[in-house]
Amino acid sequence: MEDTKLTMYHLYKEMLNNYLKSKSEHTLYSAQQFSKEMLEKDMSPEEVISLHKSVIQELQQMNNEAVTDFIDSFDILLEVMIGYGLAHREHLSLRDRQRQLESELTVAARMQQSLLPSGKIELNSVDFGVISVPAGKMSGDYYHYFIDEQGHIGAAVADVIGKGVPAAMCMSMIKYAIDSLPEQRLQPAALLENLNRVVARNIDDDMFITMIYGSYDPKAHRFHYSSAGHEPCLFYCAESDTFRELKTKGLVLGVSSKVRYEEYYQDLEPGDFIVLLSDGVTECRIEDEFIDIKQITQLLRKYKHLPAQLMVDQVFSELEKIQDFKLNDDFTLLILRRNV
Amino acid sequence: MNLKVDIKEGNRETVVFLKGEVDVYTAPTLKESLYPLAEQKEKKIVVDLSNINYIDSTGLGIFIGALKATDKSNSTITICGANARVKRLFEITGLDEIIEIVSDQREEV
Repeated sequence: MEDTKLTMYHLYKEMLNNYLKSKSEHTLYSAQQFSKEMLEKDMSPEEVISLHKSVIQELQQMNNEAVTDFIDSFDILLEVMIGYGLAHREHLSLRDRQRQLESELTVAARMQQSLLPSGKIELNSVDFGVISVPAGKMSGDYYHYFIDEQGHIGAAVADVIGKGVPAAMCMSMIKYAIDSLPEQRLQPAALLENLNRVVARNIDDDMFITMIYGSYDPKAHRFHYSSAGHEPCLFYCAESDTFRELKTKGLVLGVSSKVRYEEYYQDLEPGDFIVLLSDGVTECRIEDEFIDIKQITQLLRKYKHLPAQLMVDQVFSELEKIQDFKLNDDFTLLILRRNV
Repeated sequence: MNLKVDIKEGNRETVVFLKGEVDVYTAPTLKESLYPLAEQKEKKIVVDLSNINYIDSTGLGIFIGALKATDKSNSTITICGANARVKRLFEITGLDEIIEIVSDQREEV
């Protein structure tokens, strides 16, 4: 680095001397070139001025026409600073452009937010909570819940490969595809098969979506569910105070339009709950270590006395702390508990 | 983390040795080497994952894309040597049902 500065000093001194002797246009032009070089070497404006100053000081010691030269020398300095001026203006225009993109993204993120359900599920029979936090502004995670006319609660968590804007655009496809399905209550397997056909037609070859969909019947206390290659959901059994992964089979959405999905069910006793999550939860990393499902269940157990919404909020805030508040992936956690 | 791709053309099969991580950053590297192979007619491709400790969903997408290409070119793709974590990913996503996964690994020549 010091070597670079020394070379620049000598080059600058030579150029300045040339100019003071000849006052030629040509030297002024070479100063512009020099300015580009200094920018490339990351020299700051202050460094340029200080370079100028030390050259002038040296010239003064051996030349008695110092004052005229001193004034003239600024012609060179001026030319040199032109490059900096240009860079500054470019920076300003990029900053404007960035602000514009930023605000477009904010509008898009708000629009995306409006695709998610906003009402709360307030029933005596179930306690419901959900949290979804994007890693950036836009999310590739999607969740959905609703109560159908028979009083069954449908709940879904989907995770689009990747994150950011492309994932978010894919996510809205899922939303519209679900909306366009017939009104009557769909069985989980049938719903996934319908969605899969839409996704397979509209997605790039190396994209896919994972999704888990379940429907809870509060009268029979039975949770029916199917999975399209999604992270298994968890079942908490209050009586034995244990967690268990609910194993499923099923290909991710978007690979082949002819896939059939299997349907499973789990009966819930009072206090039992189901946890749906996105792989952002299990892909949390602390340095190089992954958070495993045991750590998640420990956190869930720690807060299980809280209402479901507080529970998901607490689990998220602890995981965020462990990860130093840097979310690597979109994160979604949904809990459905049978009340007494 | 980087990804190293080594392709060994054999008489009966083409083995793709991968080393490192297949994630959102290295997925394009894998795509560049795997897709052209998958598009060739009647190829038997084996991807050796014994030196891969992590694959993320973007990486998994590349395998899906390659699989779709082999369907069109009448080629096959097999995965071998995957560790437990990577294997679990193929199982959860149901890809183990459509991509052949064998546990042994290929000898590097």
